[in-house]
Amino acid sequence: MYDFAYHKPATVADAVKLLADPDAKAISGGHTLIPALKHRLNKPSAVVDLSGIAEMKGIKRVGNAIVIGALTRHAEVATSAEVKAAIPALAYLASHIGDVQVRNRGTLGGSVSNNDPAADYPAAVLGLGATIHTSKRKIAADDFFQGMFTTALEQDEILTAIEFPIPEKAGYAKMKNPASRYVMAGVFVAKTGGAVRVAVNGAGPCVFRQADMEKALAANWSADAVAGVKQSADGLNGDIHGSAEYRAHLVGVMAKRAIAAAG
Amino acid sequence: MPQVTLTVNGQTHTAEVEGRTLLVELLRETLRLTGTHVGCDTSQCGACVVHINGESVKSCTTLAVMANGANVTTIEGLAKADGTLHAMQEAFREYHALQCGFCTPGMVMSAIDLVQKHPEGLTEQQIREGLEGNLCRCTGYHNIVKAIAAAAEVMHGKRSEIARAAE
Repeated sequence: MYDFAYHKPATVADAVKLLADPDAKAISGGHTLIPALKHRLNKPSAVVDLSGIAEMKGIKRVGNAIVIGALTRHAEVATSAEVKAAIPALAYLASHIGDVQVRNRGTLGGSVSNNDPAADYPAAVLGLGATIHTSKRKIAADDFFQGMFTTALEQDEILTAIEFPIPEKAGYAKMKNPASRYVMAGVFVAKTGGAVRVAVNGAGPCVFRQADMEKALAANWSADAVAGVKQSADGLNGDIHGSAEYRAHLVGVMAKRAIAAAG
Repeated sequence: MPQVTLTVNGQTHTAEVEGRTLLVELLRETLRLTGTHVGCDTSQCGACVVHINGESVKSCTTLAVMANGANVTTIEGLAKADGTLHAMQEAFREYHALQCGFCTPGMVMSAIDLVQKHPEGLTEQQIREGLEGNLCRCTGYHNIVKAIAAAAEVMHGKRSEIARAAE
């Protein structure tokens, strides 16, 4: 790992100023950035530790939504009584990220900002049609995820919180790589205000919505409804862990399991 | 260079570190607490698990500066000053929950966090799932699982001492 200057601002405004430097990187739990730095995939001149910013922490219910601060750790979301009551699928998803120790450190904001194709949270954010709050604006999930490790965030823009609308029904299922525990293919289904959304993670270079499944489920909310929908392998990821065709098949299987979990 | 002040096993230390210094490097190389191991160095194997403010974390994936002000417990901080082992250590010994021993410090630290978070008790399945972040390449986990179940009974006050392993 190359060395860097370390800063720990106490407010979002101070953090934004420090991140104006194009070679600066934000850190919260560090469970993505530190491994990347060890591999020298990244060489920031400065690392800005957001973990001291009190205004970015906590879970609260606001109207018909659950708003989760970006610094909230996976373990906190997994065990939150508020999240479990309102969006159990989100608590379930958080309780299956990485392993115990990763969940004790990793944060919602870090995972979503990084937009790893094999991360869990982006599926919930897109599947629930969440709104991303940043230091500058609010961004709809549909506009946020732009490609592999790419989001709508600008260099000096910090994801501060995510607002998850409370769905009538939601479910998540994934097939994880048994060694790395990263997602091979996952599906998050949700029915919110009568509208159905289906988000797929792990399978492609970036989380995406499965429009054919959404249509089928809108007409008939059941595992049988998606059984006839074929996921194309075009553009999906293929690697030593599984071909694009295998992942395409998994999307169908995970969709059925997610619907069964949603009830 | 940044300065960190942290409490390790009840003792306060102040050290100068680089931004990139990992918590495990501070523990092993500066404080000479070499009981915490580095196995994979990629946050998968769990040999480096320590507690930060009571929660198990992988110290190979935590910057030393991020532990500033924290209360850290390592494997060296578990036994009493007179050498009496922690119930989890005693159980690992009684059930021979190790072969080479390399993963043991991390296993013990993760196991203590797991037991503490489940005062209602743990099933064998829950213990196995709770160890998802710790890899052991020799024992096949069976004795580790038995040891944790036995230690949980003592830690939760259901028994006064570790149940003897079957002869």
